[in-house]
Amino acid sequence: MTLFPDLRARAEALGQSLPPLLAAAEHLAATVTFGEHGRRRPGRGDDFWQYRPARAGDSLRWIDWRRSARSDQAFVQEREWQAAQSVVLWVDRAQSMDFAGGSRPPKSDRARLLALALAALLVRAGEQVGLAGHPQPPRAGKGQMQRLLEVLAADLTAPAQDYAAALPDDFIRQGRAVFISDFLGDLSGLQRSLAQAAASGVKGLLVQVLDPDEEAFPFDGRTVFVSMGGSLAHETQSAGDLRGRYLARLGERKARLAELAQAAGWVYASHHTGQPATTALLWTYRALQGGWR
Amino acid sequence: MIGFSAPLLLIGLLALPVLWILLRAVPPAATRRRFAGVALLLGLADKSQQADKTPWWLLALRMMALATMILAFAGPVLNPKSAARTSDPLLIIMDGGWADAYDWPLRQAKAASLLDDAGQVGRLVAVVQLTDLPQALDFRAAADWRGRLAAMAPRAWQVQDLALWRARLPAGPYDTAWISDGLAHSGQAELLASLQAQGHVDVFASDQPIYALGPARQVDGKVTLKVQRLRTGKPALVDVIALGPDPSGIQRDLARVRVTFAAQDSAALALLDLPAELRNRVTRFAVDGQRSAGAVSLADDTLKRRKVALVNESADGEGLQLLAPLHYLRQALILSADLLSGGLDDVLPANPDVIVLADGAQMPQAKAAALQSWVEKGGLLLRFAGPRLAASDIALMAKDPLMPVTLRQGGLTSGGAMSWGAPKALAAFAQSSPFHGLAIPPDLRVRTQVLAQPDADLPRRTLAVLEDGTPLVTRKTLGQGQVVLFHVTANAEWSDLPLSGLFVQMLERLAVSATSGSAGADVLAGLIWTPEHILDGWGDRVDPTALAGVDGADLVAALQRGPSGAVPAGVYRHEGLGVAVNAVPVDQPLVQAAWPLGVAVQGLTLVAEIALKGPMLALAMILLLCDAVASLAVMGRLGFGRGAGAGLLALALLAPPQNAQADEAADQRAIAATQGVVLAYVITRDAAVDATSAASLQGLSDQLIFRTAIEPLMPMGVDLEKDEVVFFPCLYWPVTADAATPSDAAYTKLNHYLRTGGMILFDTRDADVAGGGVGQGLTPEGQALQRIAQGLDIPPLAPLPGDHVLTRSFYLLQAFPGRFAEGGLWVEAPPPDATKTDEMPFRNLNDGVTPVVIGGNDWASAWAVDDDGWPFLPVGRGAAGDQQREYAYRFGINLIMYALTGNYKSDQVHVPALLERLGK
Repeated sequence: MTLFPDLRARAEALGQSLPPLLAAAEHLAATVTFGEHGRRRPGRGDDFWQYRPARAGDSLRWIDWRRSARSDQAFVQEREWQAAQSVVLWVDRAQSMDFAGGSRPPKSDRARLLALALAALLVRAGEQVGLAGHPQPPRAGKGQMQRLLEVLAADLTAPAQDYAAALPDDFIRQGRAVFISDFLGDLSGLQRSLAQAAASGVKGLLVQVLDPDEEAFPFDGRTVFVSMGGSLAHETQSAGDLRGRYLARLGERKARLAELAQAAGWVYASHHTGQPATTALLWTYRALQGGWR
Repeated sequence: MIGFSAPLLLIGLLALPVLWILLRAVPPAATRRRFAGVALLLGLADKSQQADKTPWWLLALRMMALATMILAFAGPVLNPKSAARTSDPLLIIMDGGWADAYDWPLRQAKAASLLDDAGQVGRLVAVVQLTDLPQALDFRAAADWRGRLAAMAPRAWQVQDLALWRARLPAGPYDTAWISDGLAHSGQAELLASLQAQGHVDVFASDQPIYALGPARQVDGKVTLKVQRLRTGKPALVDVIALGPDPSGIQRDLARVRVTFAAQDSAALALLDLPAELRNRVTRFAVDGQRSAGAVSLADDTLKRRKVALVNESADGEGLQLLAPLHYLRQALILSADLLSGGLDDVLPANPDVIVLADGAQMPQAKAAALQSWVEKGGLLLRFAGPRLAASDIALMAKDPLMPVTLRQGGLTSGGAMSWGAPKALAAFAQSSPFHGLAIPPDLRVRTQVLAQPDADLPRRTLAVLEDGTPLVTRKTLGQGQVVLFHVTANAEWSDLPLSGLFVQMLERLAVSATSGSAGADVLAGLIWTPEHILDGWGDRVDPTALAGVDGADLVAALQRGPSGAVPAGVYRHEGLGVAVNAVPVDQPLVQAAWPLGVAVQGLTLVAEIALKGPMLALAMILLLCDAVASLAVMGRLGFGRGAGAGLLALALLAPPQNAQADEAADQRAIAATQGVVLAYVITRDAAVDATSAASLQGLSDQLIFRTAIEPLMPMGVDLEKDEVVFFPCLYWPVTADAATPSDAAYTKLNHYLRTGGMILFDTRDADVAGGGVGQGLTPEGQALQRIAQGLDIPPLAPLPGDHVLTRSFYLLQAFPGRFAEGGLWVEAPPPDATKTDEMPFRNLNDGVTPVVIGGNDWASAWAVDDDGWPFLPVGRGAAGDQQREYAYRFGINLIMYALTGNYKSDQVHVPALLERLGK
């Protein structure tokens, strides 16, 4: 405690702000039902998967005698493959994520919520969840939730640049990754990161979280647009005139993201803070499952 | 016309182009907006550089606002009055004749405005009215003239003595403003020239048409009037109306005729075909809508056709027509009078104005008495002598009431073979004679006549004498009428008189026949005419208190040349004769004033100065407000404005909900009151009285439910000021001594209630000790009732008749006790023609329900019950008290039954009779 005099205060601040986030995440995760868990393929695991005729090479120990006694053939009981995957989550902590149009919460809120809810789901499913760019490796178990929470919450106070520059580039091989960001900054970092991921056999999701204002560009008149950090500014006499071209660029950006994702074997999706988080969570979770199929 | 009070400020307008450039250069302030997607915007150029500057329309708006402000501060004035260029005195001339009358206020206002302008620069002013007697000009300060100007009035005559005015003009430079009536007057041009010699002359004239009405004439039995107008050019329709008293003496339009002017017509004829009765009543003709003496034509004797009865009692004798005694009279009068002839009995009922008796002999006493009474009522009896009169003994010795003089026996015949002396001529008429001034034909001779007995009265009664002084015409007054005797025959037998023109003139003078316009000039001359009434400039009649009599010659002059100050327009009278002098003399055409070239004739319209500074500043502010809104729109910030607008709207909508609440309460109440029959009482603000009222109506409602088919709901109290009353069949109104008088709105409501079948039971609760609330010795409650009932629409009241429906609408009742038993009831009085029919138990009194029932028996106390339904106020004593309460309830039930069923109950009693009739 003496070493980190402000730790306690921060912890208390976290203690006050985090439980609602965690609760919201748990609540969100609870909306996803677990009807189809499992890998749907034979493998190592505890649950029964199928009986199959014993083949040459099968160990005698594998033979299910009870089943085999009912026929002339020997059957082997296969278990459903249950392998813990390690999923790395990356939540953009750049200032651009703090943008909020109207009375909606900032994008970063939605991103964290999504990440944490996803983590909760994955933990429940027994996967190992970790945060990219964090020294701690992915782990399974409820305890991991608390740790994720702390790290994500610490982001709240961490100073950051306007747009995310560095994306994770060391992946656990054959793992899964989920990047949650608005992807409004330079895409070269993402490109590099995806190339690395592809090289490591890592597949994953690009979840683009956007504010509806960013989708609609409902501005008019003479305006100076300033980035959230203040590093970029653009002045226009008639913001309305820019709308069409902005939207076109946004469309290009989305197409580019989808293209990058496809090239790396990833999946891209876009989510608006104006929509319910459940939709995004459900989609993300399915997409992750589909990735394993 | 727009002028500026500070025109130098207009130089500021030159700065506008500079401002234009300055305003163009300054773009509107940009909004600073945080936006995560800036990265996507980088490098997007604006499409047009025009948006960099203020839009041109916004710029124009601002320039307009600025220009408006500059113009406003320069003090723009609409219709500025040009300041006088000189300080010379100003002479304001108003014609002031009748032609000015119809727009006199406009002329006064014009003169007043000229006075004001002159006063502002300190010019001396003189105001003259040319119809006044010429006088020296009196230059004074403008303020001095204000009062005098207001007191000036147009005259009923025209400008006349312009030459005299011209002679009175002082020398010295002065300007003139001549407010002309638009008519040409003699000497006008010369006067104008003289004025122009002194200074500048402005002429003001109206361009409204002027109508003038000439004298009324009779042509072919129709009344003909010449309507003239000034300023032709447009077709016009005017109405000429004949005014006069109706039979009851009230002035009315007796006739009306429309006169059409074609575009270029300057005159038109108005023809009125009037029955004699109506025509004789006409006092004046007027052009409708023209308020001026010129548009009025007074009616005089010219119009009157007298009813003259020619009586020849001895007409049974045949004779040659030319020898008939009345032939010449008939010829003299036939054009100017309505002639009757026949016996005295025949003509007297027609009530003629004049009865002519030719050579009458003795007449029966009854006829004489009838004739005398007719004369005394104002008739003129004109008698002629003749052989029979001379031979009879009428008035020979005694005075006959129907003869002006006593006669000597026989007669005087002169110039015959057996007489001495030549036939006599007439002497000139004396001053006092009505014939004074008439010219006597020199060859007129009188041969035979009857002679008057000289006595003291004779000189006074003599109207005309012969050369030798023998009376020829005598007259005496009898009652209101007069008897005139011509001492000669009415034919040419005894004298030449009936053959001469003098005879006709004498008849005119005697008002036997009417004068006929200017032809009667010699009839007028020589007499003194007193003005009966005269006209002011507007054509209204005024009493000529300060006018002396007018000589006939002057009157003739006025008739020919128009009235003047000495002989104003009006009706002049000498004895029975009336002559009207009209403002427009006979056949005088209206001539438009011709002003020489170089004299600008301006209109009379006043144009008020209107300062435009305020409105222009307001306009500038509005423009600036528009600019603010437009600037916001350009900057894309109008969203905020929308919110503010919504807020304002919400503020504006805040007020109504309170009303809505009140309405809702009233609606609830109305719904409750109309669920069924509800008895109601008037809230008096006296808590005890109100509680008793509520309890009593509860008790009465209970009894109604027990005994009848009426099942009232909970009684309600009514606040007359707030609550609607139309839902209740009957209102119980206990009157307290200090009851407030209802407001007007409440009275309106109550009267509507009473008119639409409502009924109010007034209860003064004073046992009616004063005897019915009407009359003397009222109790305080009675006085309060009177005060309250004053505003109510209550028919005449009467004590309840014994056979009123109220006594048998449910129970048969003879008394109507409440807490008190003695007081009576007052209801609407039965119609005076209500009669009792056979076999009917009572009369068919009112075909309806009496709107009010007034009594003082304090029924509320007798009806009142507590929550358990037991009476809680004492009534009487013992069993008698219970019985009294029972009767009180019975009265209440009868009353409500009566209020609800109305005349149905009244009709019920006729049912046996009706059934019986049906059976037959």
